[in-house]
Amino acid sequence: MRVTLLINLVYIASAIMFIYGLKLLTSPVTARRGNFISAVGMFLAVVVTLASEDIIDYKLIALGVIVGGLIGGFFARLVQMTQMPEMVALFNGFGGIASLLVGWATYHALGLYNLFIMTTLFLAVLIGGVTFSGSIIAWGKLSEMITGKPVLFRGQTILNGLIFVCALMGGSFFIANPAEGYPVLIGIIILSLLLGVLVVIPIGGADMPVVISLLNSYSGIAACSAGLAISNNILIVSGALVGASGIILTNVMCKAMNRSLYNVLFGGFGAVTKEAGASFEGEVKAISPEDTYYILEAACSAVIVPGYGIAVAQAQHAVRELADLLEENGAEVRYAIHPVAGRMPGHMNVLLAEADVPYEKLIEMEEINRSIANIDVCVVVGANDIVNPAAREDASSSIYGMPIIEVDRAKTVIVLKRSMAPGFAGIDNSLFYKENTRMLFGDAKSSIEAVVSQFKSV
Amino acid sequence: MNPDECRAACLICMGLVLVLSIFVGFEVISKVPARLHTPLMSGSNAISGITLVGAIIAAGTAEGILSIILGTLAVTFATVNVVGGYMVTDRMLKMFKPKKDEGKVCE
Repeated sequence: MRVTLLINLVYIASAIMFIYGLKLLTSPVTARRGNFISAVGMFLAVVVTLASEDIIDYKLIALGVIVGGLIGGFFARLVQMTQMPEMVALFNGFGGIASLLVGWATYHALGLYNLFIMTTLFLAVLIGGVTFSGSIIAWGKLSEMITGKPVLFRGQTILNGLIFVCALMGGSFFIANPAEGYPVLIGIIILSLLLGVLVVIPIGGADMPVVISLLNSYSGIAACSAGLAISNNILIVSGALVGASGIILTNVMCKAMNRSLYNVLFGGFGAVTKEAGASFEGEVKAISPEDTYYILEAACSAVIVPGYGIAVAQAQHAVRELADLLEENGAEVRYAIHPVAGRMPGHMNVLLAEADVPYEKLIEMEEINRSIANIDVCVVVGANDIVNPAAREDASSSIYGMPIIEVDRAKTVIVLKRSMAPGFAGIDNSLFYKENTRMLFGDAKSSIEAVVSQFKSV
Repeated sequence: MNPDECRAACLICMGLVLVLSIFVGFEVISKVPARLHTPLMSGSNAISGITLVGAIIAAGTAEGILSIILGTLAVTFATVNVVGGYMVTDRMLKMFKPKKDEGKVCE
């Protein structure tokens, strides 16, 4: 009894450390300490759990911890910053499957069934299963092992609905007949895994940021359900925190794309090819690296607008070098970050931080838009849809209403682009035809390097 | 209290914990700035690895081969989540550096 009391007291301390750790994450200055405090909270919770009197065998726990720790540490060290979304997706999946297994093992060992335990067990297994297989599909899509395009077929929504209803019916039987529920539980696990695959597969690669945010939330909810099933407060608290965090991020992402969650999940966005009927006035004006240099050299203020293309071209470091040269030249240089620039919430900030760009220079969209008309030059690198004025001007466009970085209002815009190909949304960009726009064609990294060498040769 | 009353009290307690945690979560996390959303996600991902605690109990109390396999697998997956999540978050946050000096200003 005394040990149980101690365990629960430590759990309270851990919960405080998790919450305080998240609170410190509100500023880049304190964030690292916050993460450390949160990790200490986790360590304490795990260690004190080992002291539980119920535990009879430590060997297999040690085996699991060592193997899991090695795999986790290996991933964490080797992963490229551009691969963060894949890794988070995969880890979400691991959290989900762990909750499923805990639910299953608890049922297997259960002597005393009651309605509450059975209901929460069912939820932990169902949500854990969906999180696992959904995350694996998201991981496959993000790492381009399976097609990033939406996979759609006739009657998809109806099939998903049917599977969901079957799972719920199985669940009610499972809850009502705990003693003979074993085959039903296996059925529920299979259905949940199937459902996870089917709900993620119709979602396009560009919408993956929303999906991994949502799966993040699910992994929390699954942990929370498992916590309710085994009456463990620390699981309930942490699961709820993660669930809330995932939902907030999902919401942020949806707003940044001007889409509802329903539209993301069932819309199959990007599957239909838009007819390129719209023609724009004006002509495309190409520019050479040399002329780009003259424009940048004369600029007092420059804003760099990066998109995921910057990471694809591995141009972050070259861009930072150019920014340094511009600053030496006396210009004020900042980076405008769109919320969906990158493959997950806040991804672009991490990519630029890796290239040693100080975080004060990374400005959020609303803030830069207020003063963008006074900016001498905007340099758009590897971004397309997030600077498309159609979001503001063309009510018939599929991205109409999406918040954008309004680079077209700056004095001059230089767009670095490989070709005139459209972005994820599959629509043409009227920005390229504007009077104040110049196109610097070619690979982003070599283009920037060419401009940098112009600076250096002077 | 008889066992039934005890159980009811326990449920209400857990419900209270759940509801309050959700509120605290929304309150704290909505204040995290957009620039830290990726570390927030990998960090909260690590926190969701708290299932490890449940997995340890399941693995440590397991009797019979299936229970042991399920529990040990759960411990392994949850540990990947915890260790990997915290380490990669730390790696990212280490890169966030403040500005060193003020540059020249354009006339």
